[in-house]
Amino acid sequence: MNSRTTASTLNSSILPEKKKIVLIGLNHKTAPVEVREGLAFSSEDTPKALQTLREFPIIDELLLFSTCNRVEFLFTTEDVSAGVEAIKDFLARFKKTPRQAFEQSLYLYDGDDAVRHIFRVASSLDSMVVGEPQILGQIKEAYRYASDYRTCGVILNRLMHRSFSVAKRVRTETGIGDHAVSVSYAAVELGRKIFGDLEGKAVLLIGAGEMAELAVEHLVRNRARPIFVANRTFERGVEMAEKFKGTAIRFDEIHNYFKQVDIVISSTGAPGYIVVRDDFKGIMRARRNRSLFFIDIAVPRDIDPELNRIENVYVYDIDDLNSTIEQNIDERRHEALRGNRIVDKAVIQFRRWFESLDVVPTIVAIRNKMEDIRQKELKKTLATLSSASEEDRMAIDRLTAAIVNKILHNPTVFLKERGHKDKKTLYVDVARRLFHLDESNDMGRGDS
Amino acid sequence: MNIFFALTIACYIASSLGYQAYVVFQKRVIYRIAMIGLWTGFVCHTIVIAMNYVEAGYVPVQNIHETFSAFAWAVAGVFLALQIRFNLMVLGALVAPVAALCTVIASILSKPQIQMTPLFENLWRTSHIGAIILGNAAFAIAFLVSILYLIQERAIKSKKRGFFFRRLPSLKLLDSMGYSCLIVGFPVLTFGVIAGAVYSQMVRGRVWSWDPRVIFGVIAWLVYAVLLHERLAVGWQGRRAAIMTMAGFAVLLFTFFLRFLG
Repeated sequence: MNSRTTASTLNSSILPEKKKIVLIGLNHKTAPVEVREGLAFSSEDTPKALQTLREFPIIDELLLFSTCNRVEFLFTTEDVSAGVEAIKDFLARFKKTPRQAFEQSLYLYDGDDAVRHIFRVASSLDSMVVGEPQILGQIKEAYRYASDYRTCGVILNRLMHRSFSVAKRVRTETGIGDHAVSVSYAAVELGRKIFGDLEGKAVLLIGAGEMAELAVEHLVRNRARPIFVANRTFERGVEMAEKFKGTAIRFDEIHNYFKQVDIVISSTGAPGYIVVRDDFKGIMRARRNRSLFFIDIAVPRDIDPELNRIENVYVYDIDDLNSTIEQNIDERRHEALRGNRIVDKAVIQFRRWFESLDVVPTIVAIRNKMEDIRQKELKKTLATLSSASEEDRMAIDRLTAAIVNKILHNPTVFLKERGHKDKKTLYVDVARRLFHLDESNDMGRGDS
Repeated sequence: MNIFFALTIACYIASSLGYQAYVVFQKRVIYRIAMIGLWTGFVCHTIVIAMNYVEAGYVPVQNIHETFSAFAWAVAGVFLALQIRFNLMVLGALVAPVAALCTVIASILSKPQIQMTPLFENLWRTSHIGAIILGNAAFAIAFLVSILYLIQERAIKSKKRGFFFRRLPSLKLLDSMGYSCLIVGFPVLTFGVIAGAVYSQMVRGRVWSWDPRVIFGVIAWLVYAVLLHERLAVGWQGRRAAIMTMAGFAVLLFTFFLRFLG
């Protein structure tokens, strides 16, 4: 009576070969900067490349991802080696570089490995500075290009949305992004450990320099204010003060300001210390012992390290900050191990969805679902028909089975048809949705 | 042993382990469990003390068993109250073991039958001891916070961030929490000292006696008075304040032991 379908009964009909996910590219680990810069795709190049590659019959769906540390092509194809050759040819032609120049540096992943790689890249586990947050934004932009130029289909859409949510999970569930790995972040992190909250903490910037300005900017973003700027040339000081909406002060006034500011960032070209311990007599009393944090970015140093011995005064020079950063990078590597575990789980989940995207299992699943419904309804109806004879029951069973078969005939034929090969994954996906075959449909578009 | 008291000890121990695990693994779930454990322990403990009060007819702070128990209760209570404002999760890893240890000691110590004389019903004596226990609890927490402060200050000054740097909060938070304990503890302790003097006057006919525990009690009070003055007048904070907080508590602890050993 039960006619559950198995895959083997359907496999006899030869279907077009299954699509594969492929990733080919190079990054900072495999290629030196000379190679990478020669192959990078600018924001003008990317649309052109996508438009060209879209016309390649061998490439089905495509995403092109290029940053200063990596160039990667993520695509789906039925023939991996032909697809890879096509991409390599295209790259050589488009970038006017001989293939030998970059072929050695390329890595190639397919199937689960490709999925894992893209998850790891999006989660910043594959980055030069593990945990740096920009990468996700860059991937999202690459995906936007691909969407704009319609090179993404069912598979890559799902894969990209999945990457975004994996990246988010890795970020929130591990400490991968917790530790400051740049001087300005390290300064803010330390400031927080001293002051708790940086809001309303007065900052004095002595001198100028890119790193010092970055640090001030970062403090301002954490709502530190007011900002005072002291420069040997007062005009330059005024200029910088305007930039931070602060106040310029004269260079010889700085000692007076030690009484009121909380954070001092120093970065002058002075040959010796500009603040020494002797200058500090009475200042802590005037400050009512409030903490004072010196960030000395200058080489040679501006701040006498002896100041660190004064109670509630903290002096960090550039080496101290750098060693903090190194310790943090180690911590991040440790957290990255946990991130990899999250990625591995997500890869398995994705594979499950991807495998179900085939025609045969989809037809099997639809038939089984219908058969389950039929059996359930049959049982319900027959239970109320106490007067029906065995013959009647058989007739009803045959009738319902015939209805199911007739209804499913056209969809089955349609899905098995060879003609619409490009749209096959789309149709399968739609069919699965129509019949609600994937219980855990939460991993679809909904979670982006 | 009273079933509630056993439950109290179990909760305090479980909570201690939970807080330690939280410090190591930094999982919020563990912290929640530890926090619930401490709250449950505190509620059970409150029931124990209330039951003792109903049974005996006096506030149970008369013998050493009761004193340890009441101290543990006060430490847990003050910590939970402070937690509402400061949310200093790591501190539980020090506070819960103190509460657990004190209740365990209390459970081991014998419960001598109290001679119920009218003296013991004396309101002044009970408020003297009660206030001192509460004050001690506040200063015990100040002491523990000061330890954390010194660890964190060391990490920042020496520029070697070890295990604790990330796990401990900012110096500012630790310092102001120590200050809050002082502000709470000092008036309570002061009241306890005054109540003691009044009681002494009533029983012995004089306010002052050269009893060592009275002397050390007053020394402890003076240490905290100086600390409070310095904090208010010249804005003392940080390391020096933390060390002084710890010194004050050492004197208090010494006084406490004098009471039972001397």
